Amino acid sequence: MSNTAPIPTSSAAPDKQERSSSALVRTFNRIPKAYILRRILTAIPTMLVIITIAFFMMRAAPGNPYSTDRKLTPEVEANLRANLGLDKPLHEQYFEYLGNVVQGDLGPSMKNKDKTVSELIGEGLPVSLTIGAWSITIALFAGVGLGVIAAIRQNSAADYSAMSLAMIGISIPTFVTGPFLSLVFGVWLGWFAAGGLDLGRMNFNNLFLPILTLALPQVAIISRLMRASMIETLRSNNIRTARAKGLSETRILFRHAAPAAILPVVSYLGPAIVGVITGSVVVERVFGLPGVGASFIDGAITRDYTRVMGTVILYGGLIILFNLIADILYAVLDPRVRYE
Amino acid sequence: MTLASAPIERQQTLELAARKGRSLWDDSRRRLLSNKAAVASMIVLGVLVLIALIGPILWPHGYEHQYRDRLRIGPTLENFHLLGTDIYGRDMVARIMMGLRISLAVGAIATTVSLVIGVTWGAVAGFVGGRTDQLMMRTVDVIYAMPFIFFVILMTVVFGRSIFLIFLAIGAIEWLTMARIVRGQTLAIKEKEFVEAARAAGVGPWGIITRHILPNLLGPVAVYVTLTLPIVILQESFLSFIGLGVQEPLTSLGRLISDGQRELSDPWMLFGPAATMVLTLFCLNFIGDGLRDALDPKDR
Repeated sequence: MSNTAPIPTSSAAPDKQERSSSALVRTFNRIPKAYILRRILTAIPTMLVIITIAFFMMRAAPGNPYSTDRKLTPEVEANLRANLGLDKPLHEQYFEYLGNVVQGDLGPSMKNKDKTVSELIGEGLPVSLTIGAWSITIALFAGVGLGVIAAIRQNSAADYSAMSLAMIGISIPTFVTGPFLSLVFGVWLGWFAAGGLDLGRMNFNNLFLPILTLALPQVAIISRLMRASMIETLRSNNIRTARAKGLSETRILFRHAAPAAILPVVSYLGPAIVGVITGSVVVERVFGLPGVGASFIDGAITRDYTRVMGTVILYGGLIILFNLIADILYAVLDPRVRYE
Repeated sequence: MTLASAPIERQQTLELAARKGRSLWDDSRRRLLSNKAAVASMIVLGVLVLIALIGPILWPHGYEHQYRDRLRIGPTLENFHLLGTDIYGRDMVARIMMGLRISLAVGAIATTVSLVIGVTWGAVAGFVGGRTDQLMMRTVDVIYAMPFIFFVILMTVVFGRSIFLIFLAIGAIEWLTMARIVRGQTLAIKEKEFVEAARAAGVGPWGIITRHILPNLLGPVAVYVTLTLPIVILQESFLSFIGLGVQEPLTSLGRLISDGQRELSDPWMLFGPAATMVLTLFCLNFIGDGLRDALDPKDR
């Protein structure tokens, strides 16, 4: 972060150097470092707000969140409270919790006494990360590809069928496509596993349908975004100039149009991650996968406050992180935007 | 027609046009009505709303009545179980109609909540401007970055599951985009020449808001309301699907789909609710798209 020190001059400096230095240096200079720093600094309070709301919401719960159904003697209860730190003043508990969260300790699970929340989440992470990462990757490639094809063949049969598919993908929610895919390809055709997963053996057969279910709505949204933006870009002046210069159509498409047209997709990255996380909660339930989402629902139904709270904080952190990445990518990719 | 009569006729047309001008709204209505998908969707949605309202009253089976001797019956004309019965022997048609009623009610109420909060917030921020605007929109930005649906889940865990809470909570999430749209529009409109002209002609701020800004906001707001409805219905269904929304014996489409997907060997329990849900969402999306094209033709 040392190169961000001369914040006031960072916007003026690149222009001077741009003529004399190499392409790499030019790209580096173009990165709006002050903006990125500011963007990171605003992400921290947002994260704090999430943790704070989660903490005080839990404390606002009727009764003691750690109370059990059994009647305890006052002595035992006092010991229990002291053990969990509940006898301290509220602000001390808050800062203690905050400190623990920063270190990755989300406290003990209330219903699963022998495990901590971090352990419970950690058990689910491999599955959730696998299906999440694959579906985002598939969504990006398939969505961008379909969008570009639809745009260059605008109003053709290919365009209409791609966009009808997109409309279907947007209108039909994950909790409908999931059971259907499971029924058709799992139960009826028997091509893939209809559900269930042995944690040690994550394989194509088990994970294909969940990943497909999770990716479909994102493919739909991204292809629509890409199509609209590509159509607009192909009509712009610089593309007309490129055509007039006699560049080949492929070069125009890949060097000139696509990089400019992909920007709306980049800014969609944040909402996409929200969609995938929400979707993963559904998909893991439909296909019976032991992921973070399934553990989250489990915690919510058994009223395991600490587990639900920890997962909300994790999800919040992920969403903020991806929004941050999207914004930074956008700032780096789009030279037109000046972040002052 | 002779040469002499032509100007007169033209003048008559002009007078007619002056008397009954073709407003922006007339144009929009005509564009909307020429959109076949949107018109068909409006008809289907109208029928669905009607079914949701009066269907449960007219249907011979009650939605919570359990026929102990008719568990898991497939679609049949016998005893009028057109879409079969569920694992407790309750008639699926009756349950779907009830589920549709709840889902549509959640959609309508939560959208109204989001409409009221969003328009007020956005219009105030846009019209007052300056530091107030900055503060209000920063707040929106911060809330926007939060995993709100998960907070709703946290809320249901902490405060218990009540359908009323769900109405409020979902409405309270969805106002953010509305506020942004309204603020952007207000900012743009208040700098327009016709507002300046009105100001120059001595119209007060209240007159400018009601006569010039609000009517121009109506278009984008109407479009966004139709787009919010399916989102809100989806969110309620999501909550019900994972078991945190509407509780038994009351039901919603999401809840029915959730029950159905557990019984994949008897797939009619999934088909009925899923088809109803998808049909409703399709209609709302087509109407939203049609409305957007009709009100903002340059965005096609």
